[in-house]
Amino acid sequence: MAVQKVSRRDFVKITSFASAGLVLGVALDAKQTPKSKSKSPAKPHDLGSFVQVDDDGIVTIWVSKSDMGQGVRTALPMIVADEMDADWKNVRIRQAFFDKKFGRMGTGGSSSVRTMYQPLREAGATARAMLLAAAAARLGVPADTLAVSDGVVMHAASGRKLSFGEVALDAGNLDLPKDVKLKEPSAFKLIGKKMDRIDNHDIVTGSATYGIDVRLPGMLYAVVRRSPSFGSKVVSFDDTKAKAVPGVKKIVQIDPIGTDLPWSGVAVVADSTWAAMKGRDLLVVKFEAPSPESTDSLRKELRKAVDGPMKRVVDTGNVDTATVSAARKVDATYELPYLAHATMEPMNATASVTADGAEIWAPTQFPDWANGSVAKALNLVPEQVKVNVTLLGGGFGRKANPDFVLEAALLSRAAGAPVHVHWTREDDMQHDYYRPASQHRVIGALDPDGRLIAWNHRFASPSIDTYYHPSTDKPHDSEIGGLDDLPYSVPNVRVEFLPVASVVPRGWWRSVEYSINGFVINSFLDEVARAVGKDPIEYQLAMLETGRKIEGEGPAKNYPFEIDRLRRVIEVVRDRSGWGKTTLGDGRGRGFAAQRSFLSYAAQVAEVTVGADQSIKIDRIVAVIDCGTPVNPDGIIAQVEGGIVYGLTAALHGQITVADGAVKQSNFDDYPLLRIREMPKMEIYIIPGGAAPTGTGEPSLPPTAPAVANAIFEATGKRLRKLPLSLRTS
Amino acid sequence: MSDIKLTVNGKSRSVSADPDTPLLWVLRDDLALTGTKFGCGIGLCGACTVLSDGEAIRSCSTAVSEVKGKKITTIEGLSADGTHPLQKAWIAENVAQCGYCQAGQIMNACSLLAKNPKPSDADIDSAMEGNACRCGTYLRIRKAIHRAATEA
Repeated sequence: MAVQKVSRRDFVKITSFASAGLVLGVALDAKQTPKSKSKSPAKPHDLGSFVQVDDDGIVTIWVSKSDMGQGVRTALPMIVADEMDADWKNVRIRQAFFDKKFGRMGTGGSSSVRTMYQPLREAGATARAMLLAAAAARLGVPADTLAVSDGVVMHAASGRKLSFGEVALDAGNLDLPKDVKLKEPSAFKLIGKKMDRIDNHDIVTGSATYGIDVRLPGMLYAVVRRSPSFGSKVVSFDDTKAKAVPGVKKIVQIDPIGTDLPWSGVAVVADSTWAAMKGRDLLVVKFEAPSPESTDSLRKELRKAVDGPMKRVVDTGNVDTATVSAARKVDATYELPYLAHATMEPMNATASVTADGAEIWAPTQFPDWANGSVAKALNLVPEQVKVNVTLLGGGFGRKANPDFVLEAALLSRAAGAPVHVHWTREDDMQHDYYRPASQHRVIGALDPDGRLIAWNHRFASPSIDTYYHPSTDKPHDSEIGGLDDLPYSVPNVRVEFLPVASVVPRGWWRSVEYSINGFVINSFLDEVARAVGKDPIEYQLAMLETGRKIEGEGPAKNYPFEIDRLRRVIEVVRDRSGWGKTTLGDGRGRGFAAQRSFLSYAAQVAEVTVGADQSIKIDRIVAVIDCGTPVNPDGIIAQVEGGIVYGLTAALHGQITVADGAVKQSNFDDYPLLRIREMPKMEIYIIPGGAAPTGTGEPSLPPTAPAVANAIFEATGKRLRKLPLSLRTS
Repeated sequence: MSDIKLTVNGKSRSVSADPDTPLLWVLRDDLALTGTKFGCGIGLCGACTVLSDGEAIRSCSTAVSEVKGKKITTIEGLSADGTHPLQKAWIAENVAQCGYCQAGQIMNACSLLAKNPKPSDADIDSAMEGNACRCGTYLRIRKAIHRAATEA
């Protein structure tokens, strides 16, 4: 069991918070993402999440995951409170801060509810059992004659009642029970119900604290002029004019630290953001000569790669033989651009570095990564670095990296004062860890009945893995998801991959490679189905073998790929969307796509209208998700809405281009986000299910772009194989 | 640097700032009103929206000297306790995901409803087009504005 009792004395030692009552600690699991293919068993780490019941009846749940909009600060406490039979009105949350004793806390891979569901249920059930035992002792009755509801223990026979608060201290003196029974799902009171977001009030009154809102006594503000061209370092700088700006306190050169801090630059530290920005305008910095890389040069390299020898990642059957004997071939090449995350809250962080150590306040997805890299950079031990996690104004994978935290820490040390480093939108747009650009060539071989008998999938990109581990030779964890477990009944499959060099930093962009591979797979299948005159949905269903399961490995071991669940989301989206039942008329079309990712199953149908001016309007999206047991259904719907909008932005607008090793886009005028006027109607369905809960933050994104591209084909007969989708330039 | 007098959320405030300082930074750095957010710095995203004499303005690209004598309202001043109809509607519809852009969305919607108490979807789209939300909460924003219009 992942739950441990924590003495009140230890609790103060660990957290600096006091408790008058019961405290349970919840161990976090080391392996949190389905992407990690490590075979070593997960070791329970130190405690990172706590459940506290105090003598005033308040139940405090420490949330160890970062909330970037996905609602974990609501969903995770719901799980504990339900098993406890706590009164939701008396539930409070506290954001867990990171220090070394807490083990891993990273938030990513749509894993929070999946990995925390069982431990938090156990914690809730354990707390309930201990409170119940304490009440039984106090009342002098057997525990099994008591019932619990809304934080009150009741003895029905005598009508006597004790609240959680009244027995919290006693419960804290009991030993941890050996066996704890979890609720039957039919007894859930909170799980599966629509719950309002816990941060709603603070958000709508402006009192919620994001990273950008942290204010410390004596805090200075900094902005950094970073090299526009990736990899070019500062050669020299003239700060005479910058220093003359009133309020400017210090100019600090920042040297890069590997991929944790790839930016070389010069910082202006001042007593206000505006003074720092004015000072930066007057800085004269000479950087090394830029890299010659451009979008065109990379495109040529990618093209060369997909047409040349590659590394085989999957090789089942004999693709060569099957292809030679094929009645027909479909050979298509797809192209996707670099993409920026563009969180609404740009990168920022606050640090206070003193002789004793460092304290950080940051909108970070990975406080543990930040802790390790700050400790190393400042030559401290990790125990000397405390990382406080604020609310995140969007994350989407960008705030996993510790670069902005490192900047704040280095600047605080240099300035001898707390420093808040602020990034402008331009800084953010041009210094991201981008979703990799890629090209894909897929060659399908068909038998005389139009069935796929061979699938050769060739994929080239400046990979994410090789950015962080240039010499890696293993299968690429952040590249081949969706390709290493293609669910279709195709007897001969070969997946090949080749990383291509690029100076552009790469990172994890909401749904990572599934947003890339999902587009290619679903575009290709639609293309093949239409080439042989078949209905694209029926064509996919015919290749999905009923009852089949593909076993997962590593952290996905307990989550086999269940083909029936994929079939189900496809069938539901077909039936709910009116697919095949009604036609949409001239210039309009429907498209379909389905993708399993982060252990959840998603399918979508998009309806589009193409204007006489070749404009693309998305009219309607019907989306279905199967994410196992839905914890907070309204939160899941919000995540699906969000994934679709993020996917539509990429489908219609998103494109980062490079010249002289630098990003050309700078703000929302040249990297537009989807706006309210462009919103389609959305209908979202959650498959009710009893399976263990799986991801919701990312899985709704991958089907969106291919569903739209396939709809455009139906509307126009034009196959768009390049993102962003445009009928004007293709 | 000069002393600039402002009326913010009904209170007279005096700040010492360069006249060209954007109102946003005066609010956030000098007056500690951090509910108003930075998004783009050039009026493209609406995260920094506040009211100036009831009219939505982008505080990131409005110099503090331009609002002398105007009544500025920020999200903190919209209501004493979060009970403005728009705030209640935002909670009822669970609009926010990350929530970062929502102060700007609410202030912009406030300006819209002052002029057009019963807006259509098209009115809302047209008024709210300058407010970006990366989490994709637009449909809920539309519903919340309709709800606030009904309940106001």
